[in-house]
Amino acid sequence: MTDDAKRSGLSRRSFLRSGAAGALSGGLAAGLLTEEAAGAAADTDAPKTVGPGPVEIELEVNGVTRRLAVEPRVTLLDGLRDRLDVTGPKRVCDRGTCGACTVLEEGRPIYACSRLMIESAGRSVTTVEGLGSPDAMHDVQQAFVENDAQQCGYCTPGFVVATAALLARHPAPSEQEIEAGLGGNLCRCGTYKGIRAVVEGAGGGGVSGG
Amino acid sequence: MRPFGYAAPATVDQAVGLLEAEGSEALAGGTDLLSLLKDDVERVERLVALGGVTGLSGIELAGGMLRIGAMTTLQELRDHDDAIAALPALSVAIDGVASPQLRAMGTVGGDLLQRPRCWYYRRGFGLLALAADGRSMVTAGDNRYHAIFPEGEARFVNPSSLAPLLVAVGAEAVVRGPAGERRQPVEALYRAPEVDGERENTLAPGELLVGVEANVEGSRSAVYEVRQRRALDWPLMAAAVSLTGSGARTERARIVLGHAAPVPHVATAAGDLLAGQELTPETVAAAADAAVEGARPMSGNRYKVQLARTAVRRALGRAAGMEI
Repeated sequence: MTDDAKRSGLSRRSFLRSGAAGALSGGLAAGLLTEEAAGAAADTDAPKTVGPGPVEIELEVNGVTRRLAVEPRVTLLDGLRDRLDVTGPKRVCDRGTCGACTVLEEGRPIYACSRLMIESAGRSVTTVEGLGSPDAMHDVQQAFVENDAQQCGYCTPGFVVATAALLARHPAPSEQEIEAGLGGNLCRCGTYKGIRAVVEGAGGGGVSGG
Repeated sequence: MRPFGYAAPATVDQAVGLLEAEGSEALAGGTDLLSLLKDDVERVERLVALGGVTGLSGIELAGGMLRIGAMTTLQELRDHDDAIAALPALSVAIDGVASPQLRAMGTVGGDLLQRPRCWYYRRGFGLLALAADGRSMVTAGDNRYHAIFPEGEARFVNPSSLAPLLVAVGAEAVVRGPAGERRQPVEALYRAPEVDGERENTLAPGELLVGVEANVEGSRSAVYEVRQRRALDWPLMAAAVSLTGSGARTERARIVLGHAAPVPHVATAAGDLLAGQELTPETVAAAADAAVEGARPMSGNRYKVQLARTAVRRALGRAAGMEI
């Protein structure tokens, strides 16, 4: 991931960078914390400060490039729901402790409530709507239906996305991996048994990730 | 959230320049800062986003030196097989962080510099939580999760998951600021504020944590956390230990408690006790007792003294590869 790529989120070039997270740890290691890095960073021209008024950004939501003007203080969650009418991610705790707002950013599960939308500029975001539709459900969505893994349904979109992320990482997760992988989502109705059945079904080849 | 400006520097020098201005705050993963802004506990004029700054992310392992960029996410570090092999206790510390979402978003620098969880601070009463008459709300109120080693009026605990381990292994923090780069032991990043309004970290305006470096060769380390919940929470108590020495005899031991004091609490006497000793159930128990000597628990957190003792014993056991 280059810094050009990072900055271009604000200069409105849209691109998909799937797999960028994986590349980060290895790819940027060269020059880390070294004199070269310090030397390369010699330019002190301050970049422009934008906001607090609306700022034009572009991001990809469920495969579609979306362009809008948001204030820097708008979270990804509020921007998706209130501005783009993508209401799958739910606003429950709004403090990164319940998981109902879970979305994928560049394939990684994140809390949309705890990210500024402007930080997602130039990136791809996938919500529960992007995984599949009622007519063409994602395997995980189908498995939630079949295993009766929802009750009031408010936590479900976040759980579906977190489950898809877990299975993408661990196609046949162990007990421990399931607990760690879904530990960031809460269900107050207590549908955990059904959700566990969804994930364990994956081990039998019923559900695949991604 | 109140309105604020936003700048996305590309270089460390640009970031430093932006952070020098009053009211500017660094934005890393944002998982803690956004909550503080939503709750109006902290206010900013401008966020300086570090996500696009060159040279802040990445992991390097060469000649026993482990270097971790401050903007490396916890998940990237956890997935870095060489780093985990070099310092296996990192996996315990990282796995203890709240949730996969927060590990994907949260960064190493953000973990080290996250603000305290003290509920008086989080309700806007300040880090020292002093009432109008100057008395401590913490000692008079609910202090079940607070410090057993308070410093002055500071009774919150340092919440970092990585700091105890990094302090135990003698890691250095690399800090860049207007005057250039400086290195200091990770423990020197922290202080107990003496008056309200003072920060609990030692970074001056314009200073930026660039990364951490540790020599991870020739020592055995371990982390043990005592937890109420396995996810979405911080531990009640944590101990990190680092041992050097060959065979059964310990040359040098460093024992650090997390969630025990306003700073990562280095249990110097406990470590000294093990120098030159063989680790046995007896010496380990003696070190655990020494680690809590001088503890000053309050009305509701006496139990944490025993948790600290247990955490030290089990961390030592893990590092030494023995059941204790």
